[in-house]
Amino acid sequence: MNSIENVSRRGFLKVAGITSGTFVLGMNLPLSNAQAKLATSALNHELNFFVSIASDSMVTLVCHRSEMGQGIRTSVPQIIAEELEADWQKVSVVQAKADSKYGSQGTAGSASIRNHFTSIRQIGAVAREMLEQAAANIWQVEQASVKAEKHFVIHTATGEKISFGELASHAAKLTPPESKTVKLKNNADFSLIGKDVKLVDLDNIVAGKAQYAQDIQLPDMLIATIVRPPVVGGKVLSFDASEALKIKGVVDVIALKPRSIPVTTNPLSGVAVLANNTWAALEGRKKLKIKWQHGDKAFHNSSEFSKKLAKQVNQQGETVAKKGDVYNHQYNNKNTVEATYTVPYINHSPMETPAATAIVNGKKCTIWAGTQNPQWAKGNVARELGLAKDEQDNIELNVTLMGGAFGRKSKADFIIEAVELAKASKRPVKVIWSREDDIQHGFYHSISANYCKAELTDNGSADYWLSRNAYPPIGWLWNAEAKTPSDAQLALGFGDIPFALNNLSIEKHAVDSFVRPGWVRSVACINNGFALGSFVDELAVKAKVPTRQMWLNLLGDDRHVDPNENGFKYSNYDLDLTAHPIDTKRMKSLINLISDKAKVEQKLPDNQGWGISFLRSFGSFVAAATKVEVVNNKVTVLEMHTAVDCGIVVTPDRVKAQMEGAMVFGLSIALMGEISVEEGKVQQSNFHDSPVTRMNQVPEMHVHIVESDAPPGGIGEPGVPPVAPSITNAIYHASKTRIRDLPVNKVFSV
Amino acid sequence: MIKIILNNKPVELDVDPQMPLLYALRDELKLTGTKFGCGAGQCGACTVHVNGVAMRSCITPVSAIAEQAITTIEGLADNNGKLGDSAVQVAWREFKVPQCGYCQSGQMMSAAALLKAIPLPTDEQIIEHMQGNICRCGTYKRIKAAIKSAATRVSENKSSATASLSTNTINNPNGVEIFDARQFAHKKQGA
Ligand code: FES
Ligand code: FES
Repeated sequence: MNSIENVSRRGFLKVAGITSGTFVLGMNLPLSNAQAKLATSALNHELNFFVSIASDSMVTLVCHRSEMGQGIRTSVPQIIAEELEADWQKVSVVQAKADSKYGSQGTAGSASIRNHFTSIRQIGAVAREMLEQAAANIWQVEQASVKAEKHFVIHTATGEKISFGELASHAAKLTPPESKTVKLKNNADFSLIGKDVKLVDLDNIVAGKAQYAQDIQLPDMLIATIVRPPVVGGKVLSFDASEALKIKGVVDVIALKPRSIPVTTNPLSGVAVLANNTWAALEGRKKLKIKWQHGDKAFHNSSEFSKKLAKQVNQQGETVAKKGDVYNHQYNNKNTVEATYTVPYINHSPMETPAATAIVNGKKCTIWAGTQNPQWAKGNVARELGLAKDEQDNIELNVTLMGGAFGRKSKADFIIEAVELAKASKRPVKVIWSREDDIQHGFYHSISANYCKAELTDNGSADYWLSRNAYPPIGWLWNAEAKTPSDAQLALGFGDIPFALNNLSIEKHAVDSFVRPGWVRSVACINNGFALGSFVDELAVKAKVPTRQMWLNLLGDDRHVDPNENGFKYSNYDLDLTAHPIDTKRMKSLINLISDKAKVEQKLPDNQGWGISFLRSFGSFVAAATKVEVVNNKVTVLEMHTAVDCGIVVTPDRVKAQMEGAMVFGLSIALMGEISVEEGKVQQSNFHDSPVTRMNQVPEMHVHIVESDAPPGGIGEPGVPPVAPSITNAIYHASKTRIRDLPVNKVFSV
Repeated sequence: MIKIILNNKPVELDVDPQMPLLYALRDELKLTGTKFGCGAGQCGACTVHVNGVAMRSCITPVSAIAEQAITTIEGLADNNGKLGDSAVQVAWREFKVPQCGYCQSGQMMSAAALLKAIPLPTDEQIIEHMQGNICRCGTYKRIKAAIKSAATRVSENKSSATASLSTNTINNPNGVEIFDARQFAHKKQGA
């Protein structure tokens, strides 16, 4: 590494930092010279936080979104570099700290690219136009007669060129153009988007050098492990730490402050053992004696509750969307299918359990955490420390790599724990969750029941469609009175049924909450997608047609579906419904693609079967096909395919990786995903009783990516929803056993 | 004081003899390439080599490995090459195996131990050996492919690779990445 690069990076780190007094510049620069000149323009131009070009031409790009394995630290810089015309070999990436100047940093809902594609492109395009302007000024020609290409600006008439590095200091003196006015490239001219570039973190990961939240080391740091109330809303009545404090290395035992309902994303409270090393902390923890008051959630029993929800959805609920009239209709039993599906609580179980490190010094606080939502966490910490809004910048929140997250690390509870303990102990504290903590004190995918009913029509489709669901809403976190899901939640594979129906009723039910609900990869699309995908298969079976045919018939003509027409306030994953339509043509071609690629209608041996399913979610269309064999009451998954149409693809290999990962994640959900609760306490504790998919359960897998010019959809989550129903449908076709209650291992060994 | 040979260098550990090696590595020696995933021998994230054999460091007390040769991900690479240049690591990069990457140190350590024991494993042998390593991101397909590629690459370099396998040579440049530090340990002890 040469010294110029070091200086540039240090300078950039400074500007990418969180102190609001620092001026942030687009082109890197002798900071001191450029700072004054750019002050005004940079103030008006948030985009400039993202790009830095040193005089040696090295480009440093900021990734403001959080990395949890989806490859965003490659894809965001890749998009910026595309518009910047940067040479990928000369790009390095810096992770943004938590700071509102970056705009949204909340890395959830598969949103990074689908919601921010254009604005990320504009960042690169603004910088490119400034470099072009700088070169035009030097040559004293019109800007239109120059163009940036591969890290140089070229004068098209003469072929003369100047490197980005040489232009940096000149560009730094210019006023950035309005981001909305800059010209973006034509898709046909993309040279990085849609190509597989070198992954930013690959080398470090493979060398064991990548730094995750658990890896933070600080001088004088204590490691904390926390015993939390076994029942949500429980409290510590009393505790005895005397034996714990005798363990060599244990430094302190601290009761966390009591918390109440609504639980929000606060810590659960409890008692912390702080020690010089993890082992001492864990040994100390074993010696703690705590008396709990469990509170009023101690009567919750998840298997009874599941039955209650199943009963509930067999009753009429509150209307979410409606068309025609399903209630004044005499269903013909011979042609009617009616089914109730249940999904249990499911945990994220990221490979890296939650962890955060904090130092608190009066009003100053420095944090290192693997968080999906840095700014939200920072706001939570500010509240915790009693900081006023304009004091928020006393908090420096460094975002580390996450060893998986799947929605778990959107919540800041573990970060607040670290801050609380660092403040109390006056030393740097790293809070590490054990696997047992992670499994027993999570924010679970809600236990649910879905009900579907429909009558087959003469033209091979169905009508008089009823869909109902019941599950504890995520809104309960903030509002203890919340009993039904928000419209945004109901939009997830439920209120947006795309079928050509004349009579439809979609209904929700009010439900109480007992454990902390959370967003698990694809959220309510897990249960809604399972119900929809299973039910279409059941209709096909009833109609004695291939499942593909039933999907195609139900979807009907090529058209754009608007759920608002049925009285549902449809949010379309915060995407514009015109740019991101519910396009039945794309759906049908995907269902045909998966059926053809997987050859799902091929003749199979008696004990084998194919299952397919489909769901559009987070702006992307995904179909799944699974082949299983059921022999001696054992299910073996033999082959899986997913086909994805996510519009423009930025990093194809990472789309593929996400689809592969989604198949494995979906396998876990379908085959064995279950958190059960008795007397308010989670029954599982570690991977032996809360299993996830292992290599021996993974079949041959194929991913088919549809080429498309449509605006990009999400990719982290949409692969998951169709997987579980494709598996249970396959099980039906192999064994004639219909699994309506997940997971499969209640019935078959897996 | 417990002495071990860690990545080819003698190291002294002044810790509770019952402390699992994982925490000694991470908290005391600040070698954080070895990861915590379950603390119960269930997930393989903490896999290291003890005398060339894959072991779960989260359930291996340091007292059990006194005077033994330990290899972590930081020491996996061929010592003559740059960090990360062992056959397994090269294959891991080639197949872009990692997603979040958190499980991958353990995956690579398990894979390297497998290839040391069985230079050209069958699919069944790969699954058998690797099913103790969980990858929640679901990179199993690529792990399998990368192991096969590493195995093939090594076996194509037969002469030196087999020679090194049979003699347990330390510093094999051809990528059978586990040096058998037993010899080294004995040498040290004898010295
Ligand atoms: S951490 Fe050792 S096996 Fe999971
Ligand atoms: S790559 Fe994330 S757990 Fe394996």
